[in-house]
Amino acid sequence: MSETIKKFLYLNRKAPYGTIYAWESLEVVLIGAAFDQDVSLAFMDDGVYQLTKGQDTTGVGMKNFSPTYAALGDYEVKKIFVEKESLDERGLTLDDLQHLVWEDEDDDWAEKDSIRLVSREEMTAIMDDADVVFSF
Amino acid sequence: MPIEVNGKSFETDEEGYLANINDWEPGVAEVMSKEDDLELTDEHWDIINYLREYYEEYQIAPAVRVLTKAVGKKFGKDKGNSKYLYGLFPYGPAKQACRYAGLPKPTGCV
Repeated sequence: MSETIKKFLYLNRKAPYGTIYAWESLEVVLIGAAFDQDVSLAFMDDGVYQLTKGQDTTGVGMKNFSPTYAALGDYEVKKIFVEKESLDERGLTLDDLQHLVWEDEDDDWAEKDSIRLVSREEMTAIMDDADVVFSF
Repeated sequence: MPIEVNGKSFETDEEGYLANINDWEPGVAEVMSKEDDLELTDEHWDIINYLREYYEEYQIAPAVRVLTKAVGKKFGKDKGNSKYLYGLFPYGPAKQACRYAGLPKPTGCV
C-alpha cells in the first residue's frame, strides 16, 4: 500500500431519501475506509437531514439506513463536520442530530464525539484543505 | 435456489445468501454449514450471533477489519485476529459467517 496519506472529504448536500445519493455516499465511505486514508465527512444544505434522529421511512419505501451512521466510528471515521448555517436555516440544532462517537483504543475505549459544528467559513477552509473531495 | 429447513423453504439469492433477513432461524445456519461440511460449535455461534446483533443495530454487515477488532474486544484478544476467524470460517468470516447469519453480502465484498 502506498505510504502517501491523502485527505478525503465526502461532501453530503442532499436529503437522505428521494434520491440515492446519501446512501451511495455512505457506502463509498464504508468501502473506502479500508484504505487507511484521512477521511472526513461534511454535511451541509439538506444533507444535514441525513444525520437527524428518529427517521421513519415507512411511507417512502426506502430502507432506513440512518442507524448505519453510528457504525462510522467502527470504521475509524472520526471527523464529521456539520455546517451551522445549514442547521440554522432549517430550524435544527445539534440536539436534533444523532450523537455519533468513536472509541479511542489508546484511551481505554473512551467514547469521543465525532461531530464538529463548523461555520460556513470554516467549511470553506475544510474543503480547501482536502486533497480529494467527493460531492454527493 | 431455495433451501429447505425443517420442512420450510427459504428463498436465497444466486450466491446463496438469504433473500429476507427476517426469515432467518438457527436452522438456516445448520443447513448451510452442513452443505459446506462444517460442524457449528459454540465459537461459530458466538460470531454468527454477534453478526446478527451488529446488523440489527447498524443495518449493515461489518467489514472484516471491523469484525476482527470487535471480536477481540468482546471475546478476548486471542480471538481478535483473522487467523482465528478464518480457522472457524475457512471461506472467509465475512462471506461465510454472514451467509449463515442470514445477512446480505457485506458492503464492498466482491
